[in-house]
Amino acid sequence: MRASRVLPGFGVALGCTVAYLCLVVLIPLSAAFIKTAQLTWPAFVDVVTAPRVLASYRLTFGASFGAAMINAVFGLLVAWVLVRYRFPGRRIVDALVDFPFALPTAVAGIALAGLFAPNGWLGQALTPLGIKVAYTPLGVLVALTFIGLPFVVRTVQPVLEELPRELEEAAATLGASRAQVFLRVVFLIVIPALLTGFALAFARAVGEYGSVIFIAGNMPMVSEITPLIIITKLEQFDYTGATAVAVVMLVVSFALLLAINVLQAWARRRQGGLA
Amino acid sequence: MSTAMALPLPFPAASATPGAGESALLRRLLIGAALAFLALFLFVPLAFVFYQALRKGLGVYVAAIVEPDALDAVRLTLLAAAIAVPMNLVFGVAAAWSIAKFSFPGKSVLTTLIDLPFSVSPVIAGLIYVLIFGLQGWFGPWLSAHDVKVVFAVPGIVLATMFVTFPFVARELIPLMQAQGTEQEEAAVVLGASGWQTFRRVTLPNVRWGLLYGVILCNARAMGEFGAVSVVSGHIRGATNTLPLHVEILYNEYQFAAAFAVASLLALLALVTLAVKYAVERRTREDGSPSGERPA
Amino acid sequence: MSIELSGINKRYGSFTAVDDVDLRVESGELLALLGPSGSGKTTLLRIIAGLEAPDSGSIAFHGADATATHVRERQVGFVFQHYALFGHMTIFENVAFGLRVRPRRQRPAEPEIRKRVQRLLELVQLDWLAGRYPHQLSGGQRQRIALARALAVEPRVLLLDEPFGALDARVRQELRRWLRRLHDEVHVTSVFVTHDQEEALEVSDRVVVMNHGRIEQIGTPDAVYDHPASPFVLEFLGHVNRLPDDDASGAPRYARPHEIAVSLQPQPQAWPARLAHSATVGPVTRLEFAVDGRDAPVNVELPRAEFRALSLVQGAIAYLRPTRVRHFAAAPD
Repeated sequence: MRASRVLPGFGVALGCTVAYLCLVVLIPLSAAFIKTAQLTWPAFVDVVTAPRVLASYRLTFGASFGAAMINAVFGLLVAWVLVRYRFPGRRIVDALVDFPFALPTAVAGIALAGLFAPNGWLGQALTPLGIKVAYTPLGVLVALTFIGLPFVVRTVQPVLEELPRELEEAAATLGASRAQVFLRVVFLIVIPALLTGFALAFARAVGEYGSVIFIAGNMPMVSEITPLIIITKLEQFDYTGATAVAVVMLVVSFALLLAINVLQAWARRRQGGLA
Repeated sequence: MSTAMALPLPFPAASATPGAGESALLRRLLIGAALAFLALFLFVPLAFVFYQALRKGLGVYVAAIVEPDALDAVRLTLLAAAIAVPMNLVFGVAAAWSIAKFSFPGKSVLTTLIDLPFSVSPVIAGLIYVLIFGLQGWFGPWLSAHDVKVVFAVPGIVLATMFVTFPFVARELIPLMQAQGTEQEEAAVVLGASGWQTFRRVTLPNVRWGLLYGVILCNARAMGEFGAVSVVSGHIRGATNTLPLHVEILYNEYQFAAAFAVASLLALLALVTLAVKYAVERRTREDGSPSGERPA
Repeated sequence: MSIELSGINKRYGSFTAVDDVDLRVESGELLALLGPSGSGKTTLLRIIAGLEAPDSGSIAFHGADATATHVRERQVGFVFQHYALFGHMTIFENVAFGLRVRPRRQRPAEPEIRKRVQRLLELVQLDWLAGRYPHQLSGGQRQRIALARALAVEPRVLLLDEPFGALDARVRQELRRWLRRLHDEVHVTSVFVTHDQEEALEVSDRVVVMNHGRIEQIGTPDAVYDHPASPFVLEFLGHVNRLPDDDASGAPRYARPHEIAVSLQPQPQAWPARLAHSATVGPVTRLEFAVDGRDAPVNVELPRAEFRALSLVQGAIAYLRPTRVRHFAAAPD
């Protein structure tokens, strides 16, 4: 692509973009950092490392990581099946993969809570086995798995679609077994996209609120996620405390965003090398 | 000579499924595992919402939806989307135009910043507006002196919605417009088209499906946003309650049938969104490559 | 309509795309800008169109300065390398576009537009495709539609960027001749860019050979082929051998493969050489000779029959004598 100088509207379009970005996103976000800057460092550390807050990090990041792992495994499987196999209903299944992305999180939350409640469809089956999902950290994991589901599928799918058949055929003619072909050819090519999808799912899960609070039970120290800590502090009019925790989360989010960008650049290079 | 050699089948026909590399058993096993996972996390929750919504009969379902508080929530949800979506549409088009059709320093930074709201927790999206417009916030004293309410009122809900739906249209359009390059626009200008004519007659038709999808996605998120809106709303029934917040209230009051009835409306919205996406993808496939021109 | 370029410069960062170019395109001629990729030919074409602005220098159309004129007002027709047809419009609408976007007062009435588009589609012999969409057309058809679209606005000059670049060899040959005939018919001043010397030599009235942003030579196809002004032009316009001996001043001497005579007996001013390899491709045989003391082989092309008459075998010694030698005693740089 070559940028053009004869096309009009660059100044206006860029001006509008930057102005709107600043007004709606950048200036409001900076408010969180400015507010927190009023806190002394020890006071800040005090707030963000209180035991209840630390417990919430463990749950939020732990469950997000677990959910992203589950999605990495099953997302790769789903993407593989959708790209490589033909079976009745494939197109519909393919379209429905985005459902968690389109469904309002509150709806997801009450649906999952209802399903896994002791008297729900799935809860009934699991309770006799001694597995409690609703109102436990396991419930958080389930909710985060649900909302992260589309990310891995949608990042891996296009890479698999564009994977030249010749690569696998070449490997097979060179004497590789099917498992070797998958591990040494397909998997290596898919890895950047898989990691990107993992990071996207993880980032989404870390900030998630709506789908979790209904199923989590929200017990302090046990099943309370970090976004809920922020809400709780807000409801107690502890704006400084809420903002301090928010700043910690923002920093993590920005780091993840950076990681995702790096991964995507890597994935693009990898894919570009194939085409 | 064996029959296999006498009747050489071209590759695609020889394996109706392009996954001929695996044995039939393994293939079935993989499909089964994938479908089981999707059933557990997609179909069962979806079915559950509608089952719960209709369990107590159509009467209860309709009553939950036409109840005044629910209707107020519908109205507010529509209002917030009606403001946030067009704003983000205009922004998205402007952003995509400048990023995809021109090169300038800082372009990749700008592209990353546009994605920022996606990586910010919705709760924080609400919080930052409280920090600015809340009573203790930057403009709090001024706003309360002039008797303007932003937080715990409709403007706050609209702002929070704008924040969380900010990137949708831009994200759909940027890669699409980048892939199309600038040749067609240049051709239009050489033929004498004005800037507006070029945009309306060449650029816009070329991205119409992507644009539609971006808007639909933006709309779905605008109507369904929960966390951010929850922080700025104050949960005032009949005044600052959107549909998702109304679902929460009903659920917390153990009015499950009513909660799921309202939730089913939102689930329907999600299904419509997916249907549009499906249709759009089919359209773009049928149209061939997006520009109808170069292969890649 | 003539075009005069004077002192045109264009840089992209540290890369000089066009380096102080002066050029005059005569009214009604078909001019080829020929050069390898990166030689600045496309940039020069885009500067003429107004799609790029030169860093310095001026452009005049028929004596009137047009340097500051916007593309929209330059009244040029531009055919893009990948045609840039509007994918969402029918062929008819593509061709009509330039007429439809005119301000209301200058816009022809609908029947007039129909008539003109119809006439153009007939001119490019594709009127039966009016209702189709670009993606339903073959490459060669798209190319002709792109041309019709450019001609619809009755441009003062027609500019074509690698017009046959994206087509396969056979279609390219056909379209070349067709473009030549079309130009003879409509006679609009035309400039086309190509990296294919055969194309430039076959189609154009005059050829401009470019290298590193500069013009190496301007002349008729015969002139540039027969009297290349520099080793670059010589080498770019077909295969060439550097001969084993330099001239008196020490400048290298060159001969084209078909301008070397082969005999079995020693001749005055002929070198002995050993036949390393031969291959007959259609009517010609390509021979590769090794000369003692030289690494580079000498390539010779003979008519098939002549080669057969010689009955040379691999490893045999023959004597090579250039029938035409080119040398550049005072090298331009």
